[in-house]
Formats: sequence, structure tokens, C-alpha cells
Amino acid sequence: MANALDPHAAIATTATGLADGRLRTADGKPLARALARSQSRARRRAFLLVLPLLAFILITFVVPIGQMLQRSFYNDGFSAHMPALGQWFDENPRGTDPDEAAWTALATDLEAAAEARTIGIVGTRINYDVPGTRSLFTSTGRQVRRGIEPPYREALLEIDEGWAEPRLWSAMRNASTPLTGNFYLAAVDRTRADDGSVVQVEERQRVYVMLFMRTFWLSLVITVITFALGFPIAHLLATLPMRKSNLLMILVLLPFWTSLLVRTTSWMVLLQQQGVINDILVWLGVIGGGQRLQMIYNQTGTIIAMTHILLPFMILPLYSVMRTINPSYVRAARSLGATSWTAFRRIYFPQTLPGLGAGALLVFILAVGYYITPALVGGSSGQLISNMIAMHMTDTLNWSMAAALAALLLGAVLLLYWVYDRMVGIDNLKLG
Amino acid sequence: MLDNRRGDAFVAFEHVQKSYDGQTLVVKDLNLSIGKGEFLTMLGPSGSGKTTCLMMLAGFETATHGEIRLAGRPINQVPPHKRGIGMVFQNYALFPHMTVGENLSFPLEVRGMSRAERETRVARALDMVQMGQFANRRPSQLSGGQQQRIALARALVFDPELVLMDEPLGALDKQLREHMQFEIKHLHEDLGITVVYVTHDQGEALTMSDRVAVFNDGRIQQLAAPADLYERPENSFVAQFIGENNKLPGTIEQLSGDHALVRLATGEVIDATPVNVHEKGQQTLVSIRPERVEFKPEMMPPGAHMIGATVLEVIYMGDILRARLKVAGSDDFVMKMRNTIGQTRLEPGQQIRVGWHPADARALDPV
Repeated sequence: MANALDPHAAIATTATGLADGRLRTADGKPLARALARSQSRARRRAFLLVLPLLAFILITFVVPIGQMLQRSFYNDGFSAHMPALGQWFDENPRGTDPDEAAWTALATDLEAAAEARTIGIVGTRINYDVPGTRSLFTSTGRQVRRGIEPPYREALLEIDEGWAEPRLWSAMRNASTPLTGNFYLAAVDRTRADDGSVVQVEERQRVYVMLFMRTFWLSLVITVITFALGFPIAHLLATLPMRKSNLLMILVLLPFWTSLLVRTTSWMVLLQQQGVINDILVWLGVIGGGQRLQMIYNQTGTIIAMTHILLPFMILPLYSVMRTINPSYVRAARSLGATSWTAFRRIYFPQTLPGLGAGALLVFILAVGYYITPALVGGSSGQLISNMIAMHMTDTLNWSMAAALAALLLGAVLLLYWVYDRMVGIDNLKLG
Repeated sequence: MLDNRRGDAFVAFEHVQKSYDGQTLVVKDLNLSIGKGEFLTMLGPSGSGKTTCLMMLAGFETATHGEIRLAGRPINQVPPHKRGIGMVFQNYALFPHMTVGENLSFPLEVRGMSRAERETRVARALDMVQMGQFANRRPSQLSGGQQQRIALARALVFDPELVLMDEPLGALDKQLREHMQFEIKHLHEDLGITVVYVTHDQGEALTMSDRVAVFNDGRIQQLAAPADLYERPENSFVAQFIGENNKLPGTIEQLSGDHALVRLATGEVIDATPVNVHEKGQQTLVSIRPERVEFKPEMMPPGAHMIGATVLEVIYMGDILRARLKVAGSDDFVMKMRNTIGQTRLEPGQQIRVGWHPADARALDPV
């Protein structure tokens, strides 16, 4: 509080009095409250101004993403429509063999679900864990509706032997609670064994971890390439005279203004085996007609096309930082005895780091989540994790799986952001 | 004094020309010799070529024609980092990502000096500018004056014999600027270094320099000691650029040795010293410093001409009184009077007669 050595504090306290140790205005109101009131109008107005944006972000961004992420650990497709069986699972611990009560509950639920036409949802949910079981549910449902007689175990097994499968019962038990971590386990190529312990899936089914690694590795490669290509261009942009640099800037931005699809398609034209580049190489005699290079529909294609698309995201932050670096720094270094290389390395380059950090982070994060380019030019070896997410969204309709993969990706990016913040400091980031 | 020193000049520009676009010359035939230990200032308006000359000397620009020599050695082809010239920049150019200590250590590091040696020298250089306790600060944490001192220390830390300064005090406020002028001057005297200083501030140039080279239009207009420059300008540009100056256009009426009579446009005749006028009937511009104008007949030398003047306004400036007069048809003729106890107070509208010592009125080229 009021420091005796601070002349301003002394003046303030003598002017207003200091009954309870708090500064007061001339008419005796606490100073802090008076200040808050005098500013509240401006603050309210500022809030009203950003309110539409806030609402927009909430409705179009936070809510849908939140809902999507919720699906990764919450799926009531089974539990909501199979209440009786769920109750039996609650009453009997894991490892109990299904008794007649269990089969009765199953038959009751199947019949109810078939009547309510929700049997498909139930089957889909179990199908995520035990592939090929959706039709088991729907076909059994149809027959149960026609009426079956107890004992239900024999009756159901007569319809389909598959009902005896322990894996199926284990999956149904897992699905009987809407909260589940199984999608995350699956997203890292793990599954629950029959006894409930976590094990790796069969080797030929392990795809996600490999895809995550590939995604991060390719993103890193693309980031490094955009840096190597973008740095000199950004430097040129920042140092050329205005007219020339404006022209160059248009060339840099031109791909930005072109449709992503057009750009990707033009890479197909250029890179494919009967494409322009191969034609030129053959014509020059660099390669024989039979050795045309496979430059697209594999990782190379993904790297080339994505580097091209993401290059401006590296150039622009670098450029905006370089433009602010006064040329006299390098001159000073030179006059102090540094060779041009030393001046670059010790003086110029370190000052571009905020732009480099921003550009690298931007490119890496965009690359990690890139979808359309790898889908078009990636072939099978150039597919990234986002293509897998898209597949689960549109083909297998396993939205929970897609959400789990997306959540892992989001988590990794946030982790990366955190590491960057700890190492470089986010306030050093310059995006423009 | 200059030409006989050319042989052993420390820095020499010989017939140096510089063009950026191949169309126009920014520097036109520059010849300049700078002695060892001299403090030489390049003074001129912006675009006069002074900074270009400094940059050619530092090695950041190449001379289009001519030769620049440092200690007798031609340096046109020597890259900047091998010239061993200290330089202070207008914006200080302190490396923002390094501490003050690292900034000073940088020139020593690139010279491969040992850590111990570097630390001694950095400490010594910081003490020299009274910034000893700031070694661990970042440049952004320092005030403008402190940054200026660090820039100076950095330019001196590797013991260069020649230090270039490109308007180093331009960003400081007036009081600090005057203080730093003295500090730089004292450092120059104590260290015995040669300083080439670029400024557009004539006060700075006159205060600090041994000699001043006045640049205009790519040429040196006059190269002289400060007192000579102020009191004996050799052409109208220098007379007008340095200090305040009254100019009266007229024709040479009589020319005899170091004395001339000039007839003004309104018919009055005044005394003047011919400088770059050569014949009777020639057009001229007579330049008179405001503080050398007298209006009391007893202060005038015998036989000097006086002419009529009307007081237009008198401005009280504290130490001096500044009167604007109408003289020979021109109404921006200024006279400065010391604000002493017995000083006559003039009133606007008052009719007076003014005159000056013939040596203070210099008949120059008519621009």
C-alpha cells in the first residue's frame, strides 16, 4: 500500500484520508469501486461489440467440436437401447458366464429394439469392437420379432451360433456403459482382451500409431523444406526495392488465391508418370522411357504438393519479421569485424527467430491436420492420419473412432504448442 | 595546410565519384585529406552526399570512380570487416538479442580474442562511458542516451584508429545531445583517435570539430575550422547554411584589394569585403551576421557607411533581443542585440540607421 517514500502516495493519502487503509475519492467512496464504475460503461460496450463474434464462435466452433470430442468417450448406442442386458451386466461381475437370466434379458432387449427400429444403432455400436456383427443383430432382431420361445439360450443360438462368442459378450459388456476409453485404446492400436486387460491388436491391424508417426514425420519434413525454400524468398522480399518486392509478393500469394483443388490437380499433371516432368527428363535423356519416376500417389507427391501449398505460411511471418530488421545491424556487425557469414549467423538469423518460430508452428500444425492434398496425391503411402479420420467420418460411420483420433491429434498439437511456449515463449511469436 | 598534408594523410579521398543509377552523380569529384587524430565533420543538408562518403569509407558502398586510402593503403577493394574502422550508427544498431556485454564482446570475439582478454576490454570500455554496471542489460532496457554510450563503447572497444559516426546524436533531446557532444569530444582528445563525423546539425559541427567539410550538391563547398567557417564563409551556400545570415543583393561599385563598395538595389552604398567577386559591375550577395549589425554610430569604425532601416518587430529572447528590420527593400533583415542593462530598447516603426565593420560584410557569389 501507500509507501511513505513515494511522494505521490503521500499526496493522495493526505488529500483523501485513510480511515480503513483504503484510498477513497473526494466524496468518500472507495477508490477501486469508483474506478470500476467509471470504466464499466466502456467495458460493457466493448463486450456488446464482441458479443456477435463470441456467439458465432460458440455456435460454430466450440459446441460442435465439443460434441464431436464427446463422442470419443461417450457412446450410448448400445446402453440406451439394451437396458435389461445392461442391468444384468451391472449385477454380475466380469467373467461370469451368461446364465439364462442374461439370455432372457438379451432376447427382451433385442425384441424391444427391433420393435423400436433401433436395432441397427445397437448393432453398429458393437460392430466397432467386433467387426461383422451388425448383421447378426439386425437379422436376429427380425426373427425375434416373429416370436421365440424360452429357453432363450437355445433359441438364440438356433438363430445364429455367433451369439455364443465370448468376444461378443465382452464387447457388449464394454458397451453397456456409455462412458468408454475403448476408442482411445483403438486409436493407439490397443484393445481390451477378454479378461479386460489392455493389449496390442494383431500386427496386421496396427495402423494408427504408424499413421500418427508418419503424419508427424512428414509434417516435420515439410516444415524443414518450407523453411529452406522460404527463408531466402522472405529475405529477398524484405530487402528488394518496393516495386520489385511487390511483384514478388504477388507471385508468393498467387497460389493462395488459386483453388486448392486446381493447384493439387496441376501437381498431378506435372508429376504423374506420363506427366510433364517425366516427359522432360526422358526427353533430356536423364532417365530412360521405362524408368519414369513415381513422383505422385506416394509420399513424395504428398511432400511436394503440401510444401507448395504451405510455403506462404512460412514466408509471410518470416517476411514480416525480416522487414523490421534494420539493415544497420548487419552493417554494424560487418564494421565490427564480422565476415558476412558471421554477421548473418550471429546477428541477422537470431533476429528472424520470432518469424521462423511462427512460420514453423503454423506450417507444422496445418500439415498435421491436412486432408485434401494427401487424399488426392498421396496414394496409399502418402495418406495421413486426417485421411483416416475422414474415412471413419464418411465411410465406416464410426464417428467415435474419428473423434478419438482427432482428439489425440488435437492433444499432440496443444502439447507441441506448450513445448514451444516453454522453449521460445509465445509472446515472441510474430504472425504479421 | 590541407594540400601539403596530402602525402601523409591518414584518410584520403582522391577524385572520388559515386553514382547509384548511372545517370546522376551523388558525389562529384571529392578530394579530402584527413589527418591522424583529427576530428573532421561532414556537414550538409540531406542528399548532399555526406553520408554516401561515410558509407564509402566504411566499405558499405563502393566508389564509382577514384580512390580512397586509409593509412596510405588503397581500401576500395577491402571488405568492411577488414578495414578495422569503428562505426556508430544513427539508430545505434545495438544488437537487440544480446546483452550490453555481449554487444561489446562481439567485435573481440570475431577477432578471436580469449575470454579473459575480452572481459577486461569490455569492462574497460564500459567504464570509459560510465556504464560499468549495465553489462547484463538488454539494449531495450536502456534509455536513448545510455544506448548511445554503449554504441560508442562498442565502436571503440577494439581500439580502432578511425571511428566513423553517422548522425549519432540525432535521436537525443537537446540537453542530452549537448552533453554527449562534450563526452565524444573528450573521448576523442583522450584516446587520440581520428573521428569522421556526419551531421546536418551545424551547432554540433561547430562545437566538436577540428575542421568541418560543408557538403552540398555532391561537392565540398568549404573545408575549414569552425571559426573560419562561421566568420569567413567562402560562398553564399556556406554563409546561409551555417548560422543565421542577412543577405543583401547588389552590384559591385568599387573594388580595391580587400575592400569593395556595393550599391544595393534601392541605391544605397555599403562597405563589404570581396570574397568571390572579381570585377566591377558584377552581381553580388552581401552576407552579414545578425550579431555584427550595429545601430549606434559610436560603435562604427570611422568612415563606414550606414543605411536607413525601419524596425518591424522586436522579439525578446532572454539573452538577446532580436529585431527584424526593413533594410534596402528587404524586410527580413535581422539584428541581434545583447540584453544588457543599458541596451537601447527599440520600438516597432522606429527609424534607425544601421552599419557594420566592412570585414563583417562579405560580398559573395549571387547564387
